[in-house]
Amino acid sequence: MIRLEKRKEPSKFWRIANPFLAVILTMIAGGIMFAALGKDPVAAIRLIFFDPIFSETFASYSRPQLLIKSAPLILIAVGLAVGFKANIWNIGAEGQYIIGALFGAGVALAFFPQPGWYIFPLMILAGAFGGFLWAMIPAILKTRFNTNEILVSLLLVYVAERLLAAMALGLMRNPDQPGFPGSRDLRRYEAAHNAELFANTGIHWGVVAALIAVIFAYVMMTRHMLGFHVQLAGQAPRAARFGGVSPTRLVVICLGISGALAGLAGLFEVSGPGGQVRIEFASGYGFTAIIVAFLGRLNPIGILLAGLLLGLTYIGGELSQMMLQIPGAAIQVFQGMLLFFLLALDFQTNYRIRLTQGARA
Amino acid sequence: MRQPLLRLEGLTKAYPGVLANDDISFEIGEGQVHALLGENGAGKSTLVKMIYGLVKPDNGQMTLHGQPFAPSQPSEARQKGVAMVFQHFSLFDALDVAENVALGMENPPPLRDLAKRIRDVSEEYGLPLDPGRLVGDLSAGERQRVEIVRCLLQDPKLLIMDEPTSVLTPQEVEILFRTLRQLSREGTAILYISHKLEEIRALCDEATILRGGKKVATCDPREKTARELAELMVGQVLTPPERPAKDTGTVVLSVENLSLKSNHPFGTSLKDISFQLHAGEVMGIAGVAGNGQDELLLMLSGELVSPRDRVQLKGQPIGHLGPNARRKLGLVAAPEERLGHAAAPDMSLTSNALLSAVGRKRLARSGFIDWPTTEAFAREIIERFDVRTPGPHVLARALSGGNLQKFVIGREIELNPDVIIVNQPTWGVDASAAAFIRQALLDLADKGAGVLVISQDLDELLEVADSFAALNEGRLTKVRPAKGLTVEEIGLMMGGAHDMHPAHEAAE
Amino acid sequence: MILGSINPAVLMAALMVAATPILLAAIGELVVEKAGVLNLGVEGMMIMGACIGFIVAVNTGSPLIGFAGAALGGMALALLFALLTQALMTNQVASGLALTLFGLGLTALLGQRYVGVTPPRTPKLDLGPLSEIPFLGRALFTHDIVVYLSIALVGAVWWFLKYSRAGMILRAVGENHDAAHALGYHVKRVRTLAILFGGACAGLGGAYLSLIRVPQWTEGMTVGAGWIALALVVFASWRPWRALAGAYLFGGVVVLQLNLQAVGVKIPVEYLSMSPYLITILVLVIISSGKARGSLNAPGSLNRPFHASS
Repeated sequence: MIRLEKRKEPSKFWRIANPFLAVILTMIAGGIMFAALGKDPVAAIRLIFFDPIFSETFASYSRPQLLIKSAPLILIAVGLAVGFKANIWNIGAEGQYIIGALFGAGVALAFFPQPGWYIFPLMILAGAFGGFLWAMIPAILKTRFNTNEILVSLLLVYVAERLLAAMALGLMRNPDQPGFPGSRDLRRYEAAHNAELFANTGIHWGVVAALIAVIFAYVMMTRHMLGFHVQLAGQAPRAARFGGVSPTRLVVICLGISGALAGLAGLFEVSGPGGQVRIEFASGYGFTAIIVAFLGRLNPIGILLAGLLLGLTYIGGELSQMMLQIPGAAIQVFQGMLLFFLLALDFQTNYRIRLTQGARA
Repeated sequence: MRQPLLRLEGLTKAYPGVLANDDISFEIGEGQVHALLGENGAGKSTLVKMIYGLVKPDNGQMTLHGQPFAPSQPSEARQKGVAMVFQHFSLFDALDVAENVALGMENPPPLRDLAKRIRDVSEEYGLPLDPGRLVGDLSAGERQRVEIVRCLLQDPKLLIMDEPTSVLTPQEVEILFRTLRQLSREGTAILYISHKLEEIRALCDEATILRGGKKVATCDPREKTARELAELMVGQVLTPPERPAKDTGTVVLSVENLSLKSNHPFGTSLKDISFQLHAGEVMGIAGVAGNGQDELLLMLSGELVSPRDRVQLKGQPIGHLGPNARRKLGLVAAPEERLGHAAAPDMSLTSNALLSAVGRKRLARSGFIDWPTTEAFAREIIERFDVRTPGPHVLARALSGGNLQKFVIGREIELNPDVIIVNQPTWGVDASAAAFIRQALLDLADKGAGVLVISQDLDELLEVADSFAALNEGRLTKVRPAKGLTVEEIGLMMGGAHDMHPAHEAAE
Repeated sequence: MILGSINPAVLMAALMVAATPILLAAIGELVVEKAGVLNLGVEGMMIMGACIGFIVAVNTGSPLIGFAGAALGGMALALLFALLTQALMTNQVASGLALTLFGLGLTALLGQRYVGVTPPRTPKLDLGPLSEIPFLGRALFTHDIVVYLSIALVGAVWWFLKYSRAGMILRAVGENHDAAHALGYHVKRVRTLAILFGGACAGLGGAYLSLIRVPQWTEGMTVGAGWIALALVVFASWRPWRALAGAYLFGGVVVLQLNLQAVGVKIPVEYLSMSPYLITILVLVIISSGKARGSLNAPGSLNRPFHASS
């Protein structure tokens, strides 16, 4: 008979080993899926995980893309992880990402076509503020009315998506090209353009911000009382109250941080790689970041690595779509499987499997 | 000699790292009241769970009425006439009494018939119950009646009772004992688990004593003195804590006419609480579980805030302050629930030392934690309070109850408070750790701190307290000097028993 | 007056159709939560049902077989959730999210070749003279069988929870799993069955979208219906008939909003289409705030993992 037995202490080994194991299992299961789609599994896995970085044909294009795709994922996931640690579930980062982009782009469009060094910093502030504001809706509803933040933050994604469409078609539409939905291209407006900082590296201000966020979050979670309180509230809410943690304050802080970071990610995207406010602007980074946060064990350094990996699957997905005609949705399945395997494997972090002898009837 | 009903032979059960039961054999006769006596961790619960089919023995066998008896699950045990009243009730707050009873029965009649039978049986045994009430609204004593009635409706041959009196006032205990004796006369055997010696001497025909998973003896408890039983149970003679007589000092903590709503839907609101605690005084607050003890602690620790002036520390109003502000001013607390409230289970002892000590011990500078100093502080607690653990990196949940409690109380004492509030300081703690904790609290009082001990263990309160009050449905009685109080008087202070007398007398 | 151009009987009929998918999903989730499990994967199970139901119906030509397939599809994902949360004791919130993300991806892949295909028509139930009653006939008795089944299901769940012994055990497990275990009930078994039931219901709800309400298959076509169903359970304070009322209320909002779009009110479509989500949030706020005691009705062990220590 198989029995699960709770470990006295979670296994450190499995905590670190499981994400790697989950990636390997996902590759195997993904290979089976590709085979079922009639594609060569080895080639497909190679194309997704290795070619974007190592292949000579693709690397010159896809290496810089890696940072471009990973930066928003990391930025958002770092914020989400702080909340998840405290058992505060902001799953509406996608919405905060959209609103951040709208606020940032709004500032840029308001100043167009003036030059000015101060415009981009203002946009950054506006982007962070927009995401923060959108996250404050579930935060305040939770603290004032005890409304479930999971449902509210998620429902607000749909609202934000429609707001994005309304903006792209209405208020923010490019007056010079009224036939096309979408705003002016911010990449053509120098004062507002989040340009590449070093040519052909993919490094833009969003990448810098993501790195800073990782470092800040790491220090906060390991050295600062706020990080301690976050963990305390997540693991033992009553002990947190005994330790003088105000649950209200914590909800506001956690949702605020994750909202502001998601807003920043949106701003850097709309002013750089995305370029303009369009209906298709939201590409699911806010949801993929949830996977990144878990795969990175809610640890900022882990998130950095997980963000790069998931960024890789985005690029690899595009490549495989182009080269092997593998449908784009396959990558979504891939990412979902990754989370499943990780969650499933994690039981051995906390539990030990015992085979008990069935000698007794 | 009565006919043997249940015979246990060589029952053994091992868990990783512990031999919970080691080769245990004894017999229970029909209609016998048989005590199972032992300290916390002696293996009583495991043994009982095997009889009730919740745990399978690794070795050994049982016979019931001479037939092999190996229940694979509780329903099988119930079918064969074994019923159990749990220590932590197996009840459902949001369901009504009749539904709760039905859930514990194999083939319950339709709810309407069941309600009538509940009324009949509960009247017959002097335990009146209204089948339509929500269990969450009942007192601890009434909840126990639900459990007992649930068992009685199935005409059990053997009734197992796990620490039944820990939630009862002395008067309620008397009523329970009458019910149990009545059952025994009618031929129902009772396996009575307890660590309270006087109770066992008053009620039981035979006692089996466990220590460290092994059977130490089976004897007639009425032929032994309480001291002899204690020696068998503990294995050594414990000296009660010393208490030099002394005068108490100035008022350190005062509460005036405070009423406070509970923050829990099935909680107890505090009603018009007033008392004064002096420097050097140990005040004991008795009461049956669920009469507002948790709320009282939360209100004093600062987890529930109240109007500013209603709570005063050394003359300073603190009612509006949170826990950290109160700690800063010299008031600390140790809640009842060790794992999850006083300590975070999945955090290290170092982190748990930080939890309440960060302010008073200056373990953080502008929010940045000084981990080395914190760890040193955790080590200090571990050493000074004899916490048995490999080191401060160990998770709180990996410690035994007694060791964690020593750590938690030690942490608060190390903060050099002027006032300390503790709730159930020795609940579920082995005897030597309990004695250690009581002594530490007394030492703190000797140094001039005011100590408030909330406890359901009357023996403990009588041992340590200078003054005494009781909580009943959120109200606090007047504080009286502990010296000279009789158990009878205390029982009346704890209240709640008076409403049960008429029913029982009517039944007789 | 613009509203004057809307026929109230048609509106009522449309309302019932709009409400049915989320009602089905919500009644399933209600049972799951009553057993003490929070499955946030409703959206994923719904889209799974929408996709599988559509594929099966197209290939067999029978909408009813399609619905059966949808129920199985929802159950398949639910089984995955049960495996994770009950056998492997994973975090329920994370597992539910994983279910949704995975379901959305998988269906986008599976349903690719079915975009733009027209499904077989589900016939209206012929209720004869009933449907000729003025107003009421048009509003209430011109529907397909699933609409009536969904109402019957609400009644069945209500009876099950209130009067049956199995329902009482399920409530007990959700209220206090430790006590239920101590009495010898199989907490995990009960919960697994509830989760599977929830999956089947969500699958049916999804198929109702793709086979009847829309009827088309498009990627991500549930657009939050599963989340709204989750909110509906809170709104209903875990009571079946209130879930029905909530679903119809919600259906009313959706239909009204669509009608306003159709008659060309001067508000951009994007803002009108926000209204279902905003109203769901508003309702959540009203129910959760202290005065309504609704939230106190939550099952005691909801979202708490159970591991028998002995």
